[in-house]
Amino acid sequence: MSTEIEYKKVFGRPESLKDNPTHYCPGCGHSIAHRLVAECLDEMGLREDTIGVPPVGCAVLAYNYFNFDMVEAPHGRALAVATGVKRVHPDKFVLTYQGDGDLAAIGAAETIHAANRGERISAIFINNAIYGMTGGQMAPTTLLGQNATTAPRGRDARLHGQPIDISSMLAICGGVVFVERCALTTIKQIRKAKKAIKKSFQCQLDDLGFSLVELLSPCPTNWKMPVKAAWDWVNEEMVKTYPLGLIKDTTGYEDKK
Amino acid sequence: MPSEKMLMNGSQTVGEAAVRAGCRYYFGYPITPQNELPEYLSARMPEVGGTFIQGESEVASINMVLGASVAGARTMTSSSSPGISLKQEGISYMAGMELPAVIVNMMRGGPGLGNIAPSAADYFQATRGGAHGDYRTPVLAPAGGQELVDLTFEAFDLADKYRNPVMLLGDGLMGQVMEPVVFPDFIDLKDLPEKDWALRGCKGREARAIFSMILGQQGELYRHNLDLQKKYDRITAEEQRWETKYAEDAELIVVAYGTAARIAESAIEDLKAEGINAGLFRPISLWPFPLPALRELSKEIPKVAVFELCLGQMVEDVILSVGERAEIYFHGVPGGLIPTPAEVAEFLRSTVKGDGKVGRRMEV
Amino acid sequence: MITRTIFAGFGGQGVLLMGYVLTHGAMHKGLDVTYFPSYGAEMRGGTANCTVTVSDKKIASPVASNPDILVAMNYPSLEKFESTVVEGGTVFLNSSLFEERPSRDNIDVVPVPIIDLAREAGSERGGNMVMIGTVCAKAGLLSLEETIKGMEAALKGKEKFFKANQKAIERGFAFAADGK
Ligand SMILES: Cc1ncc(C[n+]2csc(CCOP(=O)(O)OP(=O)(O)O)c2C)c(N)n1
Ligand code: SF4
Ligand SMILES: [Mg+2]
Repeated sequence: MSTEIEYKKVFGRPESLKDNPTHYCPGCGHSIAHRLVAECLDEMGLREDTIGVPPVGCAVLAYNYFNFDMVEAPHGRALAVATGVKRVHPDKFVLTYQGDGDLAAIGAAETIHAANRGERISAIFINNAIYGMTGGQMAPTTLLGQNATTAPRGRDARLHGQPIDISSMLAICGGVVFVERCALTTIKQIRKAKKAIKKSFQCQLDDLGFSLVELLSPCPTNWKMPVKAAWDWVNEEMVKTYPLGLIKDTTGYEDKK
Repeated sequence: MPSEKMLMNGSQTVGEAAVRAGCRYYFGYPITPQNELPEYLSARMPEVGGTFIQGESEVASINMVLGASVAGARTMTSSSSPGISLKQEGISYMAGMELPAVIVNMMRGGPGLGNIAPSAADYFQATRGGAHGDYRTPVLAPAGGQELVDLTFEAFDLADKYRNPVMLLGDGLMGQVMEPVVFPDFIDLKDLPEKDWALRGCKGREARAIFSMILGQQGELYRHNLDLQKKYDRITAEEQRWETKYAEDAELIVVAYGTAARIAESAIEDLKAEGINAGLFRPISLWPFPLPALRELSKEIPKVAVFELCLGQMVEDVILSVGERAEIYFHGVPGGLIPTPAEVAEFLRSTVKGDGKVGRRMEV
Repeated sequence: MITRTIFAGFGGQGVLLMGYVLTHGAMHKGLDVTYFPSYGAEMRGGTANCTVTVSDKKIASPVASNPDILVAMNYPSLEKFESTVVEGGTVFLNSSLFEERPSRDNIDVVPVPIIDLAREAGSERGGNMVMIGTVCAKAGLLSLEETIKGMEAALKGKEKFFKANQKAIERGFAFAADGK
């Protein structure tokens, strides 16, 4: 007599991710963010209708990992490129995935104006307070006192300015309907991040306007910290400059419920 | 006092040389493979009372340079190919406004994002103006090491002398290679010629403006361009630089600049054992290109082999110089791979034999 | 006299530092020298290499067609560079890590049990210093004093490592002399 064991799949790779190992360092937030974006697209049935724009930054090779159409943009210009795509295909789903240097430094103008025009685009913003890809130079989001290779004595407000809170700046733009900041370093926050990403996607599907989800993300390599310390640093230090939570919401989704 | 012999990579070398040449204002944006230059200056500038700013982009950085230049300072920015493309607008404005500055390009592979391996595919961009308008920028092409020091000093002097942006054109390999270098003493900023055109406030004189927009209906822009051209003619006449090596008894002359010239030089040295005598002609100023010197040399040695780290840009200037006087052969390695002296030696052997295996004969 | 050496291995094995020591030592000795590290994308793969050229004349190309010496700190490096070494050249192997040997017979092979030797010299972590000592001695590139000078210049500001490194370099020189 044989017993048949029934297996039920409870966890697997989302269809929106390719079966490729990533090049991200151990403990990096990018891989978690990739998975969250992919899960949300799968669950909302959007994969085949999606066109994504990766950044120039550590995620420049995102098209090797995401399993949907993607187009490279020059450093910082993702939201301008995405605008062009979305205007040609208003019925498709368009997202950008950008680092802090890409979105908030060299691309600040494109970011502000795409947001202010209320482009029906979802922006995923990976804030790791550093330039990861180029080897640890100061980012506009680098914290005060934090060391970077171009701020060898740490960021100094007098010399380098305060860390920029681009999400709050974007929130005052009329075209923006939803902005939330989450972290990728606790289970609770990861769950929240997923919810926020889904909501941002929904804003686009409902033709409401521009939305952005900022994800505080560890970069153990360029922070020169062990993984655990880097994750703690997000939870204990980064959140002081970048408080977690909702920044803007004019979707009215909660009222309807 | 000159420095002791120091070991530094090419990017750091340019940084220290700039400081000693009197540059106290650096503005730039990170990009591989030249990050060691801004990183070096981020620590060095505060030590000498200078200013280092990481701009929010290359566009911002070049315009900070424009501002520092109009205010009368020696100023510099640096980048690598994609970033240099973004600076072009500012360079055109500075050419129109006749503002001195030094722009360093450690070239990498393109087009677009390309990759970070060394390349020399920005020759056209550097020597043909790069942005809009009828203008020129002197381009100095060091071969690395000590010459990076010397030409950094020269670049600042040329920029001030002609009130014009000057480009220092290196590549990713040159930026990374470490060699012993010696730095001259710091120049005394007080010894530099007074910039009586700079803006410092109009106390004691009439207010003045510096601009590139010239609207007049009486041919003002036309005359401005003719004036600029006169300056470019002077630079062409006076500022050509090149080096010739092993040219006596050579049966063939190799034309190459920068890193390509060093690789070619090793190939030339290796070929002597096989009885092949090749000479090296190395342009150091790419604009103005040392056209008459190459023309003269090609009269004596009517076979010219051009080697570039791209698929053929400088070769057009060689054709302009040599014309039908000599046979011109070309071999290029596009960005992404670093050729070895052995590969160049193959090209030169093939050129001598005329078997067409490596490289191609250029139609003139 | 011109000698081109490629140092190659995993990131973290101190490969670039070995190149640095030779570069500084050669400059100290009054020779011309160029040091060319692999950079960027190559480093992400976890491997590192550098080419050091030393000469009593001005060096033209910092890129070597065929190295005279290969220092392979791991097996992938041996595989990658073995075929490029000149005939009659020398391959130094980290025999503490792998047993494979070059398949060519027209090159000299020097297996160096760097971990054992470093342990004998007082610190297991000094394997790269043992190796650079062995290389400089065997190839006659630098004297013991010059190698130590090179190490001190390469590690300027990190004086606390000098003593242990010096011992490891000395161990490498001793190994080069008697194969023990
Ligand atoms: C025009 C231009 N300038 C500079 C660069 C070099 N560059 C590549 S990525 C990057 C910044 C990366 O930082 P960030 O956007 O924060 O992304 P991260 O790697 O941290 O995820 C820079 C400056 C470039 N590729 N193009
Ligand atoms: S450098 Fe930082 S951001 Fe880039 S992959 Fe590594 S940990 Fe992630
Ligand atoms: Mg970042």
